[in-house]
Amino acid sequence: MLRIQNLHAGIEEREILKGINLTINAGEVHAIMGPNGSGKSTLASVLAGREAYEVSQGSVDFLGKDLLELAPEERAGEGLFLAFQYPVEIPGLSTTNFIKTALNEVRKYRGEEPMDSLAFLKMMKEKMAMMEIDQSLLSRPLNEGFSGGEKKRNEIFQMAMLQPKLAILDETDSGLDIDAIRIVANGVNKLKSKDNAVLVVTHYQRLLDYIVPDFVHVLYNGRIVKSGGKELALELEEKGYDFIKNEIRAAEEVNQ
Amino acid sequence: MNDGLSAIEKTVLTDYKYGFVTDIEADEAPKGLNEDTIRFISAKKKEPQWLLDWRLKSYRHWLKMEEPAWANIKYPPIDFQDIIFYSAPKQKINPNSLDEIDPELKRTFEKLGISLEEQKRLTGVAVDAVIDSVSIGTTFKEQLGELGIIFCSMSEAVQEHPELIKKYLGSVVPPTDNHFAALNSAVFSDGSFCYIPKGVRCPMELSTYFRINAENTGQFERTLIVAEEGSYVSYLEGCTAPMRDENQLHAAVVELIALDNAEIKYSTVQNWYPGDKQGKGGIYNFVTKRGICMGDHSKISWTQVETGSAITWKYPSVILKGDHSVGEFYSVAVTNNHQQADTGTKMMHIGKNTKSRIVSKGISAGVSNNSYRGLVQVNRKADNARNFSQCDSLLLGDKCGAHTFPYIEVKNKTAVVEHEATTSKIGEDQIFYCNQRGIDTETAVALIVNGFAREVMNQLPMEFAVEAQKLLAISLEGSVG
Repeated sequence: MLRIQNLHAGIEEREILKGINLTINAGEVHAIMGPNGSGKSTLASVLAGREAYEVSQGSVDFLGKDLLELAPEERAGEGLFLAFQYPVEIPGLSTTNFIKTALNEVRKYRGEEPMDSLAFLKMMKEKMAMMEIDQSLLSRPLNEGFSGGEKKRNEIFQMAMLQPKLAILDETDSGLDIDAIRIVANGVNKLKSKDNAVLVVTHYQRLLDYIVPDFVHVLYNGRIVKSGGKELALELEEKGYDFIKNEIRAAEEVNQ
Repeated sequence: MNDGLSAIEKTVLTDYKYGFVTDIEADEAPKGLNEDTIRFISAKKKEPQWLLDWRLKSYRHWLKMEEPAWANIKYPPIDFQDIIFYSAPKQKINPNSLDEIDPELKRTFEKLGISLEEQKRLTGVAVDAVIDSVSIGTTFKEQLGELGIIFCSMSEAVQEHPELIKKYLGSVVPPTDNHFAALNSAVFSDGSFCYIPKGVRCPMELSTYFRINAENTGQFERTLIVAEEGSYVSYLEGCTAPMRDENQLHAAVVELIALDNAEIKYSTVQNWYPGDKQGKGGIYNFVTKRGICMGDHSKISWTQVETGSAITWKYPSVILKGDHSVGEFYSVAVTNNHQQADTGTKMMHIGKNTKSRIVSKGISAGVSNNSYRGLVQVNRKADNARNFSQCDSLLLGDKCGAHTFPYIEVKNKTAVVEHEATTSKIGEDQIFYCNQRGIDTETAVALIVNGFAREVMNQLPMEFAVEAQKLLAISLEGSVG
């Protein structure tokens, strides 16, 4: 589904990603872990197409298309979804109206008819029950005055409505208490299928207790330095990121 | 954040959809302004002597007045001798039925989305159609007449209801009020007259559609609405003009009078030609609008969506004379490219327990300048006056300007006056968030702007709210890249 090869990218001339290689297949859950400043959020932003980031080398293939050639809204149309670490507020714009516009824009991109209000409301009711989200939240202006937990739940609700092929969760657990993490993770788990994939970007292992990954990758200094199964996350949790740093330092010394 | 926004700034030419010209023979006054011009207009309209005298008096006063220079707008001096002050399509004026209207004119209004064929018209909206200096027809007149409601052109009202015109014309905006009001009083041509009798709730929206068509012509309409005791009316005006390289002057006067327990809701969707991307052409919109809550428990509410004009200078105001009267002002003003707007309101609290509410939303894009200017005045005897003002500005890009000039004059200690103001920018983050959900940048801006203006848009009559939302989006088309 997604194939990243030798991806180099940065911001304002500063290289942050220094050769990322990663392949994600349908039905898989991948986790990217790493200390602060390792490039986790940069990777999420580059994949979603945030303009401030410059790609200097490498390629990203998404469902047979050159992802880097597509505008952010086209990437969304192709089925890529980013659950933001910091969802933005749009005062006065009702959350329902926003989601309806997004859904119909994506449908337009795919050459489908816009969904009528009745079908939309029916779908919304279904997903609301699934995501344990309240109607009152959706009538409010987009993310305005939402608590941290409400914002993240709203992200996952949007994911449920848009039904992406690949969902990237950027630090979705940050700022959430354990109950909120559980609700958000349950939502993600309910949306998992053999046809879609999830990329979880996180600093801490705790989210992975609830969204169990098939693969864990450790990002350090702009590169994936270690990959493994879900047990790698537990090892990181136990030993801290220093153990990775030490391993790398040792390897570099050997090379010299 | 700044460099991010530069990406949102690339501008392409905005598409003004109403810029066509109707090719029709016109009956015009000679260029320029002097007493003969005024006599010409008055004679064309077969006016009584008192009205001609009123016009001439206004003109003589105007000669002694200076153009106001305090607004935050810049424009070359207006050459009043280079303007045609009266232009009317050569057709039968005051047609007996709508069928007699020149088909070319009917088509013009149809192109603008205004059908004069009543049966095709939204039931619930009566229209007076004004082109240049004359009204060409008013719909639903008979139906309204059965309720005692008068809805007709100003020229017709002068003929048919002189006692009402004599009583109320200039009673809220006297000819001496300001430079443009004096000019209008001297040369005014058509506008609408509405009279709602005691206790009648007008069952449909009344509306006037103003169209400037002729070249080198100014439009100087005059609208007067009188709501008798316990009556209610909702009125809406819309306006467009052809795209021309020269600036054209529009100087209107609107007067509203609400007696005891009466309510007038006045909405404007102003979409005069704003000029091109380089700032060439466009309408100079200098308008004086004022209402008086004459009676106790009366209410006047102004709602305006201002997207057009090269220059907008207008301050729809309310004189709160009756006790417990209420004044409201809801405004969305959009400026793009080189447009300049200096707009706001005046709320004058005179009666006891009067209330006013001001909600102003300014949206600036391109290299435009958008100013809110408002006065809240509480007189010595206006016990327990209350005012709440909210002025928000939204900037697209960093070459445009937003300004707020609130004036507060309180002479009574029991008054409570509140003022809130905010300025924000459309952020790269907001746009990207929308993009990531599949929404392109243009649609994203429309969503954000409509969200920003929602409180005001909600005040518009249902029939026009959707139209106005689209208009907001169109006005900002091309302001982002």
